[in-house]
Amino acid sequence: MAGTSDPLSPRAKLAVTAGKTAAAVSRAAGRGSGSVIGGRVALKLDPELLARLAQGLDITLVSATNGKTTTTRLIAEALRAAGPVVSNALGANMPAGITSALAERNDEARFGVIEVDEKYLIAVARETDPKCVALLNLSRDQLDRAAETRMLAENWREGLTGTKAVVVANADDPLIVWAASSSPNVIWVAAGQMWKDDAWSCPSCGGVLQRPGDDWFCGECGFRRPTPSWALSGDHVLDPHGSAWPIHLQLPGRANRANATSSAAVAAVFGVPPQVALERMYHVQAVAGRYDTVQFQGRDLRLLLAKNPAGWLETFSLIDPPPTPVILSVNARGADGTDTSWLWDVDYTRLNGHPIFVLGDRKLDLAVRLEVADQNFQVCENLDEAVRLAPPGRIEVIANYTAFQDLRRRVGN
Amino acid sequence: MSDSQLRLVWIYPDLLSTYGDQGNALVVERRARQRGLDVARIDVRSDQPIPTSGDIYLIGGGEDRPQRLAAERLRRDGGLHRAVGNGAIVFSVCAGYQILGHEFINDLGQREAGLGLLDVVSVRGEGARCVGDVLGDIDPRLGLPPLTGFENHQGVTHVGPNAKPLARVRFGNGNGTGDGTEGAYNDTVFGTYMHGPVLARNPHIADHLLKLALDVNALPPVDDRWYEALRQERIAAATQPA
Ligand SMILES: [Zn+2]
Repeated sequence: MAGTSDPLSPRAKLAVTAGKTAAAVSRAAGRGSGSVIGGRVALKLDPELLARLAQGLDITLVSATNGKTTTTRLIAEALRAAGPVVSNALGANMPAGITSALAERNDEARFGVIEVDEKYLIAVARETDPKCVALLNLSRDQLDRAAETRMLAENWREGLTGTKAVVVANADDPLIVWAASSSPNVIWVAAGQMWKDDAWSCPSCGGVLQRPGDDWFCGECGFRRPTPSWALSGDHVLDPHGSAWPIHLQLPGRANRANATSSAAVAAVFGVPPQVALERMYHVQAVAGRYDTVQFQGRDLRLLLAKNPAGWLETFSLIDPPPTPVILSVNARGADGTDTSWLWDVDYTRLNGHPIFVLGDRKLDLAVRLEVADQNFQVCENLDEAVRLAPPGRIEVIANYTAFQDLRRRVGN
Repeated sequence: MSDSQLRLVWIYPDLLSTYGDQGNALVVERRARQRGLDVARIDVRSDQPIPTSGDIYLIGGGEDRPQRLAAERLRRDGGLHRAVGNGAIVFSVCAGYQILGHEFINDLGQREAGLGLLDVVSVRGEGARCVGDVLGDIDPRLGLPPLTGFENHQGVTHVGPNAKPLARVRFGNGNGTGDGTEGAYNDTVFGTYMHGPVLARNPHIADHLLKLALDVNALPPVDDRWYEALRQERIAAATQPA
């Protein structure tokens, strides 16, 4: 039980202190929040620090291609109904950032809710002995350097074999089902999957998946969608008893209702009933600036982050209808992946009727993409010009990772 | 099927559509429609037969296991051979390019037979993965402007005597053989390692495929403003050290 004993050895305490000092120095030097550099220093001094910091906490790990930061926030908020929570709420999701976030824990902390980068999930699970692992979705991301999505699913599957953790997994994503199906204790959630293009090939045998309606199965090996015990149904969460609980979120879109459904299933693992969990989730507003509506040059801009084709598809489904103006910004720096070919996996005809304004380092890639999709667009030098040209009304601004950071900086958010 | 209809076949989107290469189909389709052609785009999943009466066939890149599965299914199907026998045009990228050759190394590290439609043989490279912007000069016999693309592959492809290299690289790796060649082609079958997607970066190649399929020497011009702007930017980027 957390708080009853101090799990940190003298060396671990020194590592935490050194990490915090490094973080403070980094912050003072204007190099961001400092959480990653602090964690790196601390881990170097004590490689087992992460394991030690996790001791005594009921840990939940959250991983996915899309929605892991938001879902981590939703779960953390829900679990606060049961006790104090420590979480890497800022999205620093590799071991150094996670270590740094856990180092902020105090003796009262009972739960740890941790977002983990897909590539580090198994390593972090090994260190932190989680009670629960939430697996939301897997799809193509950062083409120039990402591992194959199927290889990631395989890596998760091997790493989770026989795990003691309760795995909460999306029954509608065949790659997630493959990853989770080596775990003895899985709670399946029908959380939906809009983007299907990474899951036409059976992860088990390579056969072609049949996908009638919401169901899916492999005609060759029998691998198929498991029966879910939780489900997202419109604006409601269906729990295992068949009760429907209304979802009220400040965050928009189907994908976030799916995240809330998975979060409610996780909360139930720790004894928090769905109605309590969902009420608390309402308090989550913008997540690291995402979904925030900001004022800029006298206009309302809603900032939407979309990093990969699945994310763009979900984002197109939540924006206001035409003729709402839309600004698109795409970069291809290191954190984005340097190959922009993925733009061609995004169906831009879904923007029919919207006036579109294009910016970012790779605005010309977007321009050709939109020309071929026969869209009505203008290429702009910067956000100021795009906002000036946009017709009246709230502007939906969709950007990938570093482009989103650039936008937040420009609007002072 | 009417004679005035261009049949554009996109092969196995369920296996070989991982790197945005479906953009090649979108570009060919768009540029054909802009010339007033009626286009039938046929997406063929890997559990469906390859139609043999298409005019242009496109195959994209993909990951190692899907590449093996695609090769197995295309060999078994045989439709692409018949289509090429009927004079169809084939344009292939990366994993698809390797499949069109005599053999390549599959995800199990074994030699896998290709379709033998292009006289190339692919092996796995020993060095670092080839990733980045590429600039090359297309075989002058094709009369096309410089090639720009984005490569991301470990494979190395050797071009045999019955095929010609598509281009010579000025920046980047291309076929990875160290002799500066990139891609390969014969009368009707083309292969390249370039993503981007390559036809969005090189719309003149898309037009070349259309001319071959339609058996014409020229096409009405279309507005290439944004393509040209992108080409200039990417050509400049390829010449910068990473
Ligand atoms: Zn199967």
